Amino acid sequence: MGLDAKWTELPHVQRRFVLFSIAVGLVFLLLTLRLWYLQVIRYEDYLERSIRNRTRILALEAPRGPVYDRDGNLLVDNRPSFRISVMRQDVVDRDALLQRLAQLLDVELAVLEERWREGRRFPIYRPVPLATDVSRDIMERVQEHSIELPGVLTEVRPVRDYLEQGSAAHLIGYLGEITEDELNSDRFSHYQPGDYVGKTALERTFEDFLKGEKGQRLVEVDVKGKLLRQLQVEQALPGNKVYLTLSRELQRAADAAFGDQSGAAVALDVQTGEVLALVSRPTFNPALFARGIAGDEWLALLKDKRHPLQNKVIAGQYPPASTFKMIVALAALREGLITPKRVVDCYGDFELGGARFRCWKKVGHGTTDLKKALRESCDVWFYQVGLELGIDKLSVAAKEFGLGAKVGYPLPGEKSGVIPTQEWKRARYNKPWYAGETVIASIGQGFVLSTPLQLGVMTAALANGGKVLEPQLIRKIEDWQGRLLEQPQPQLIRQVNYPPEAWKAVHDGMVAVVNEPRGTGRVAQLEGVLVAGKTGTSQVVRRKSDEEEEQEKNGEVPYRLRPHALFVAFAPADKPQIAVAVVVEHGEVGGSAAGPIAKSIIERYLQLQTAPKLSAQGG
Amino acid sequence: MFDRRLILNFDWVLLLLVCVIAGIGISNLVSATASWHLGGTPIYMKQLLWLCGGLLLALLVCCFDYRHLEHFAIHGYIISIGLLLFVLLLGKTSMGATRWINLGFFNLQPSEVIKIIMILMLARFFGRTAHPLGFGFAELWQPALLLLLPVALILKQPDLGTALMVVFIAGSMLLFAGLQRMTMLGLVLLGGLAAVGGWFGLHDYQKQRIRTFLDPEADPLGSGYHIIQSKIAVGSGGFFGKGFLQGTQSQLSFLPERHTDFAFSVFAEEWGFTGCGLLLFCYMFLIIWGIYIARHSADRFGMFLAIGVTAMIFWHIVVNLGMVIGLLPVVGVPLPLFSYGGTSMVTTMLGVGLLMSVSMRRFMF
Repeated sequence: MGLDAKWTELPHVQRRFVLFSIAVGLVFLLLTLRLWYLQVIRYEDYLERSIRNRTRILALEAPRGPVYDRDGNLLVDNRPSFRISVMRQDVVDRDALLQRLAQLLDVELAVLEERWREGRRFPIYRPVPLATDVSRDIMERVQEHSIELPGVLTEVRPVRDYLEQGSAAHLIGYLGEITEDELNSDRFSHYQPGDYVGKTALERTFEDFLKGEKGQRLVEVDVKGKLLRQLQVEQALPGNKVYLTLSRELQRAADAAFGDQSGAAVALDVQTGEVLALVSRPTFNPALFARGIAGDEWLALLKDKRHPLQNKVIAGQYPPASTFKMIVALAALREGLITPKRVVDCYGDFELGGARFRCWKKVGHGTTDLKKALRESCDVWFYQVGLELGIDKLSVAAKEFGLGAKVGYPLPGEKSGVIPTQEWKRARYNKPWYAGETVIASIGQGFVLSTPLQLGVMTAALANGGKVLEPQLIRKIEDWQGRLLEQPQPQLIRQVNYPPEAWKAVHDGMVAVVNEPRGTGRVAQLEGVLVAGKTGTSQVVRRKSDEEEEQEKNGEVPYRLRPHALFVAFAPADKPQIAVAVVVEHGEVGGSAAGPIAKSIIERYLQLQTAPKLSAQGG
Repeated sequence: MFDRRLILNFDWVLLLLVCVIAGIGISNLVSATASWHLGGTPIYMKQLLWLCGGLLLALLVCCFDYRHLEHFAIHGYIISIGLLLFVLLLGKTSMGATRWINLGFFNLQPSEVIKIIMILMLARFFGRTAHPLGFGFAELWQPALLLLLPVALILKQPDLGTALMVVFIAGSMLLFAGLQRMTMLGLVLLGGLAAVGGWFGLHDYQKQRIRTFLDPEADPLGSGYHIIQSKIAVGSGGFFGKGFLQGTQSQLSFLPERHTDFAFSVFAEEWGFTGCGLLLFCYMFLIIWGIYIARHSADRFGMFLAIGVTAMIFWHIVVNLGMVIGLLPVVGVPLPLFSYGGTSMVTTMLGVGLLMSVSMRRFMF
């Protein structure tokens, strides 16, 4: 085999060795260049991807800001609650797991399946909530069986705690899980599925103040998503503290006085426009929403004919009835049409162009001046004066006092009511204005509609000499460490000017309503303090059902057809501090149904003014 | 007939290279399996044992004059074909493929054995037949037949990776033996046709792997997962690496198969471009050294033997590295001396032993 050795030395064989070596070198060069590309040129990209691979950001729930009353008493706080969630990636057998959980939680399987479906929009490493705010018993039962339930977590998270239950629920509002539509909107773009947000009223409008800032936990996980260690923590920032202008004590008194009746009441500070108490009945329990309201509970609230979800203080529109009479009197006085001594003879009705307008008192009031007309709420006196004044001048005066337009309640949902003019009627109904319509508008009926809040603002302006004030709800907002963020100041909408004699005449009339023997509002009388007020009874015009016709024949007035009872008041009459407006739906006569509520509020307010503030806790 | 010159001519360079690479490989296995909390002998200890056994085997082989193997090649070939048939009929099935014969202490993989046997057979053929102007189709029917029979059997298992390896090794030896220009063109054409035809014969998982290679991001959690995670591991290693035991991709189990096929990714993540460069240099040195041994071999059989073994190691390195750094599709080929596995270690060490044998006897005529 000696030839072999020679063969390896042949030039073309030698060349082949060289070519092979070069080929090998080139291949290794290619591999090295590829490594250079991955490890040097693309290094940062891949480093970031490796970090993303092994780290997860877990949100730390921020405690929502508490809500206090004006004296620093807690109204709404947070409490820890238990939530059962599931980490989908750790679940072995979904159907078996949900079935077992349905037993343990004592809920329908379909409910859990629905929750699971909703959870599909969550990122895979985020637990999907299956049951919120479960009892400690259930939580413990689930924990005992945790071995059979791979992927199931029990979490503790803060939920809203309403210390005053349904009190002022319409002002505070409620929370709910964020919806798909909200998530897609600009306002909630930085929220995540499963977050709770304010749905109505204060919780909605002051969401940004209340929500706080979520914290973050940066954790390291392995390929199965198992948490290995914590890398970084950014604590959650609690939401800001909101101090309402509401007084807890006054609110409690108003709630108690209102009882089970339907309607609304509002108490305002005469000098600042601050809302001291706000009652809308029937109310609802916002705690139902905090734990996730059940479908039938929600439906029951929606279908209730007494509208528990509506804030009647701002959205209930009622004929102001006789509480409107002060405006008529003032306007006529300002125009020089009458003096306080103007006398009208009331024989129980008023005739105009063949139509008869009745006074509420069938036998009539006889010779009646302004003071008596207010005190005894004589309709005929106001028919006459209103007719002389004309609807347009009356409207101007009413609007100046804040009626017929939104008064600037800081939360959404306010209605503007109606103060008609000739032009308004032409635009709305394409019909001319009739004098008879002026007549009934003069006693706050007909087209005239107002909200209890408007009546409250009007009453405050009557009390304070014409300062029409924007209602205030927020006393101050502090951050969680107590630093002042906002402190709204009283906002004067306008100053209404009347001659001093005009003010005095109307004030005297209102004081007489409550304090003189024949006054319609004597139920609101208080010892030692002069209360000024005015009653109102507003007719409800509705088509009657057969059943209701039947009731009427039997001499009863069906509930839906009973008139609303109104009462507006301020006190003390000589140095006014508080103004109150009360509407009791279908409460019949103003004095007897609404008067006592107004009286209770005023009485409690004056008590609180004199008694040392024991309940104040401070921020 | 023991010759003192054999000791004098012992290839220390080759031994040193093998030990250095295997040493790096074993230390890398320490890291790759650090997060495992299984009882029993640790993987790296097992690999160390395999290495010792492999070295012993290599020394045994090199003591034996390779020239005698020329005569045993045929017997070996026939036995291997028999084993391949046996495995097809009665072998142990795992993950949809039938590749092993259980020998109790060891799962014998005949498709691995055939790599060495093919090298011997082809070295025997080319050692006896020389064509100064290059081989043409007419002279190639014999080696072609020798090659296609086992390749067909391996494909049937199915084991595309090993089949390709055998073809690549044979192709390299053929190329080295020299081909006529027209024949080379014809073979390339034939190869192309076989690839197109082969696509339809591929199993779904194999097709998926090739699709995945072309676009790994299309299914990042499914079939693209291996490649993506491996590239992340390699890329995030950067220039200096994350440090021994500090690779997050491997320590937190994001890398699959990290003690076997993707062992290099673990190394790349922890030692960076510098470490990879050094390791690649060692491998290249090993390959060039193999070519050097072939060049200085005493006879044609030895030369082709050395070329064949070198080609075997070379193609394993290229296909494995190409896979883990995303240059080639995922084919289950281990990195010689680096990936954990007794079969790979035994095959590689058999080859190393042959290289040593050729190298030691370069001055013997």
